[in-house]
Amino acid sequence: MNTAILDIHNYAKTFRLHERNKLIPSASHVNLSVYPGKLTALIGPTGAGKSSVLKGVYRTYLPSAGHILFRTAAGEIIDLAHADEHRMLELRKTEIGFVTQFLHCLPRKSALDVVAEPLFARGVPTEEARGRAADLLAQLAVPAHLWNVPPATFSGGEKQRVNLARGLIAQPRLLLLDEPTASLDPATTERVVAHIESLKETGIAMLAIFHHPDLVKRLADDVIELSPPITIVEPAEETV
Amino acid sequence: MSNKILSVRGLSRIHGEQCPLCISSTGPEHDTNMCSHCGSVVAAHDVNFDLYRGEILGIIGESGSGKSSTVKMLYFDDMPTAGSATFYDGDVQHDMFALNAAQQRSMRNKRFGMVYQNPHLGLNFQISAGGNIAERLLMSDLRHYVEIRTRAGDLLARTEVSRARMDQNPKTFSGGMQQRVQIAKALATQPPLLFLDEVTTGLDLSVQAAILDLILEIQHELGTAMIVVTHDLGVIRLLAGRTLVMKHGRVIESGLTDQILEDPQHAYTQRLVASAL
Repeated sequence: MNTAILDIHNYAKTFRLHERNKLIPSASHVNLSVYPGKLTALIGPTGAGKSSVLKGVYRTYLPSAGHILFRTAAGEIIDLAHADEHRMLELRKTEIGFVTQFLHCLPRKSALDVVAEPLFARGVPTEEARGRAADLLAQLAVPAHLWNVPPATFSGGEKQRVNLARGLIAQPRLLLLDEPTASLDPATTERVVAHIESLKETGIAMLAIFHHPDLVKRLADDVIELSPPITIVEPAEETV
Repeated sequence: MSNKILSVRGLSRIHGEQCPLCISSTGPEHDTNMCSHCGSVVAAHDVNFDLYRGEILGIIGESGSGKSSTVKMLYFDDMPTAGSATFYDGDVQHDMFALNAAQQRSMRNKRFGMVYQNPHLGLNFQISAGGNIAERLLMSDLRHYVEIRTRAGDLLARTEVSRARMDQNPKTFSGGMQQRVQIAKALATQPPLLFLDEVTTGLDLSVQAAILDLILEIQHELGTAMIVVTHDLGVIRLLAGRTLVMKHGRVIESGLTDQILEDPQHAYTQRLVASAL
């Protein structure tokens, strides 16, 4: 049994909307582990907090409670729920990747540069970064004549593959996947599945949400079912 | 890890005579930055942050929030009434507000760069675009005429201002071009730290986009650390990895930019994000 790269203990997220004076629970009582070379799938009904868990790990959301323990390449354990912002940025750059549901990018950047961006950020020389981006786009069957075009005009499936390529290019140790195949046709889905399998073989740990139960069955080594969340606020906050 | 380039602690600026109640009677919860007891204006109070090498930090807020006051103090345009800032220049640490005037001038000319919203603050409109850059190069000890001219031309070319317009007065330039000249001038001494104060405000959208792209390219190429002051969420989203939100002279929250945008904690930030177009 190898050691977990990610251990989540009692993660909870509750939004506090000041304007409406409301607390909105987004996730609660989440416990799970993710291992190198394995895929942990999150399942549950809409609103159970699947995306909330991924965003909590990536710190796009500030967790309301719980611990998100990440084991770095150097073997250090960091609680991502409380990690210093600079540390978090560093981990995003080097160890933790996120493939979101939708492609957010500049309307004036070519697909190639959108994909290569994480490598630029790491200081990889422009030509080398573009070369690796091209290889990956080819692997994911994005037609070469689109590489130098901004993805704004692409089909949903093409955008999704550009998005996936961008998430994969830096070869993070932990990859967060939010419905990476949501808008893909069956043939492309197969390519992505094959790619995810090969990533597992290289030892990348994955925490994923899939649209199709079938994909969960095929790809997941571990399945975590989330139930609808209840409102959790830290004790310290309750007294305020 | 000594990746830090700037460390700001307790930075404050109060305009006016100050009374013991200035701080307790101003701020977001009082919805004002003016002391009701003595009339002093608390432009900024207790601003704290660390900036790392090559990092872009955003400061967002409305007029009067203290965002410009903060960078003005760091660029020595204004002196704080309290607080400290440490500039880490290679192996040397400078306690910025303890330096004498000459040392501050030298730091400002050689190690920092500033781009203002108003080009009249950043450029000398009595001389040519190239002259503006030459002026800054001269202050940083470059003396040889040909060398200065070549370097000025290179900088203008890099910021996409045609070399052919080098000898023209920036008065005759468009707003976007004036900002490019300001950026070229700010970069002349290859400073490790750049301040950008509302640099795209008031420009056409297409011009804004081109300027922001240029700023990102420069950050990639030179690894320049930047503090970007803006009231525009789009600018923050595009440029900044981390963001401070200011209101009535106080930092009301700070965080990773995507977290500030998707999970804002403070009531004001929630309103700000909700009102984005």
